[in-house]
Amino acid sequence: MYIIVIGGGKVGYYLTKELVEAGHEVLVMEKTNSKVEAINEELGEVAMQGDGCEVAVMEQAGVGRADMVIAVTGDDEDNLVTCQVAKLRFNVPRTIARINNPKNEAIFKALGIDATVSSTTAILAHIEEELPTHPLIHLLTLRGGGLELVEMKIPQNASVVGKKLKEVLLPQESLVCFVYDAEGIPRLPNPETVLHAGDEVVAVTRQEYEPALRTALSA
Amino acid sequence: MGCGRVGAQLAGMLSREGHDVTVMDVDQSAFRRLAPDFRGRELLGNGIDQDHLRMAGIEEADAFVAVTQGDNRNVMAAQIAKHIFKVARVVCRIYDPKREELYHTLGLETISPTILGAQALKEALERVEV
Repeated sequence: MYIIVIGGGKVGYYLTKELVEAGHEVLVMEKTNSKVEAINEELGEVAMQGDGCEVAVMEQAGVGRADMVIAVTGDDEDNLVTCQVAKLRFNVPRTIARINNPKNEAIFKALGIDATVSSTTAILAHIEEELPTHPLIHLLTLRGGGLELVEMKIPQNASVVGKKLKEVLLPQESLVCFVYDAEGIPRLPNPETVLHAGDEVVAVTRQEYEPALRTALSA
Repeated sequence: MGCGRVGAQLAGMLSREGHDVTVMDVDQSAFRRLAPDFRGRELLGNGIDQDHLRMAGIEEADAFVAVTQGDNRNVMAAQIAKHIFKVARVVCRIYDPKREELYHTLGLETISPTILGAQALKEALERVEV
């Protein structure tokens, strides 16, 4: 595959390295000359100096034949415009944008970017996992539809402890997919499944019902 | 959005005509460019941040203009105003003529000072008598 990476910072560098090692044809576009030189020295001639948002620069880079454009700069507006230009002007089949400010996730989706990766949200999720009283962990945002896979631990004093799943009132469009206990033994849930304190529940829910799901399982 | 020379000038003109104007900029010192008779509101904030836009009253706004130094910031803000907040009139400045052409065909009302400036200069040159 021919993949163009926009932004040669830390994320861009390691992404490029991984893609090159996987055998893809990769071009990374970066504004700062010193970064371009450093990348070319370490990864071979894969970096090009230029503003990935400039249509003329994109043309030079051969965006027209790219299978994928991945924009990973630290500026959301640049990532958005790069992906829109690639998709709408050059008909690139797949565009992926990094989002730095989680507030922008909904905007990117509304403006037609295929896939987004929110670096801040991802880091937060990993830190949450390490917190002793994590309320709800985001595991994955499912492509399209605004569905999310989340994980939650049932607290000691939750009202759902000892109840069967069929007795638990979950918010709409939320499903418990799978449960595992403190020993890590997984159970496929059915209406008769009893929830215990300390159980980890993996559920699918819609973004807007997430607070309601949290309340249902922990209050 | 954007209180540079153009933003400040435009805000002054609209304010003088009696419109209710809010000017946003991320830099407090930018508001010094506003004319002394500017009657509108100055708001320190980022035009690509939905919460800041709400504070600026975008939900009640009849028009939105993006004139910061960054083409992409203008494009993103204009799209947020148009598609998320459904502002009726949205105009966006884009220096890069090719990007301007693209977003224009996508339905944004766009102005490219590069093209307009070059045209004006050319016409002025042609008017000069030798």
